[in-house]
Amino acid sequence: MASSNREILLDPLINNNPIALQVLGLCSALAVTTKMSTAFVMSVAVIAVTALSNTAISLIRNLVPPSIRIIVQLTIIASLVIITDQVLQAFVFDISKQLTVFVGLIITNCIIMGRAEAFAMQNPPGPSFIDGVGNGLGYGLVLMAVAFIRELFGSGKVFGLTVLPLVTEGGWYQPNGLMLLAPAAFFLIGCFIWAVRSWKPEQVEEDFHVGALLEPGHEGSLR
Amino acid sequence: MLEHYLSLATKAVFVENIALAFFLGMCSFLAVSKKVTTAIGLGAAVIFVLGITVPLNQILFSAFLQEGSLGWLGFPDINLGFLTYLTLIGTIAAVVQIVEMVIDRFSPELYNALGVFLPLIAVNCAILGAALFMVNREYTLGEATVFGLGSGLGWAIAIVALAAIREKLRYSNVPEPLRGLGITFIVVGLMSLGFMAFSGISL
Repeated sequence: MASSNREILLDPLINNNPIALQVLGLCSALAVTTKMSTAFVMSVAVIAVTALSNTAISLIRNLVPPSIRIIVQLTIIASLVIITDQVLQAFVFDISKQLTVFVGLIITNCIIMGRAEAFAMQNPPGPSFIDGVGNGLGYGLVLMAVAFIRELFGSGKVFGLTVLPLVTEGGWYQPNGLMLLAPAAFFLIGCFIWAVRSWKPEQVEEDFHVGALLEPGHEGSLR
Repeated sequence: MLEHYLSLATKAVFVENIALAFFLGMCSFLAVSKKVTTAIGLGAAVIFVLGITVPLNQILFSAFLQEGSLGWLGFPDINLGFLTYLTLIGTIAAVVQIVEMVIDRFSPELYNALGVFLPLIAVNCAILGAALFMVNREYTLGEATVFGLGSGLGWAIAIVALAAIREKLRYSNVPEPLRGLGITFIVVGLMSLGFMAFSGISL
């Protein structure tokens, strides 16, 4: 049991990363990564919500009729996000302001719904909790990596501390403005996927077709 | 007045494109953009749902949830703002369900074209995102309608364009590990770069 729990926790980090392989949770992954501090807070929030929603949904998995399960899951997730939002506003108000609508968008973050559907509906609460933490960590890993590159090269800082002194402030580093704009996030995630798949070639997708994605229960389907 | 709405619509469609500038609805954006015909179907469904849910959520928000908005019921001090997320997502899920049933009943052709996409849209971040932007920017009912339709149109344009590019891309020799998702991200990045040209338009 101990080793399988470890697998559940560590598998989503590289082997089955929710962003790189399952194509889940991209919506918010890109928008909050101009600074490491926002990316960090966002990762923590997502880890908390995934872990708790997985546990809660797993606890009631045998009581919910299949026809209304989506709405039940949405209600649980939305309530957890409301709590997270209130906590963020109470303790890190500045960052919560910078995240604007993206805290609310955790509700429709595909990772959470995807894991609830794919894992929590079939497994007991313990492993579901670990699966939630693992997938949240996998998401956070990509988020932090992208944010690190964007903040370092875009504004010469790491977590708001100056690493490369900027020309405008008397240093030597000429910042790369593109890094702070939307396209850089796409390029970086594209390159991240490229790197992971060169390292682990078995992840290269066989021509996945739309028909398969439309089938219910397909992992990583169109959320 | 008309000018104001026009500039709001242009902004929603091009300058602040909901897919390429705010990364919303990315999951279906990448997954359903393999063929132009399916992309058009999903795009139409998103325009349709956004055009209904954003104004509807605006009405609900300003009548019940906004601070001090319960005055007409005699409770001016109650602030139900914390229920915003739950209300928005509930409204969206319910509207999508109703729209699906209505279309099924009255227009089977349209249902065949849009039907498969409607349930997926309930959990599309673009729909909730637009509703949250509407709340954040305090739009009026008219502005919310224009904004909803405009951002839906922007999303549809982006997904159809991406699908067209990907259909051509099939004939290119892409490095093995970059195939599929990787190259799609790079293409979307370039598209997003292209759309940034619109930010030069001053409205």
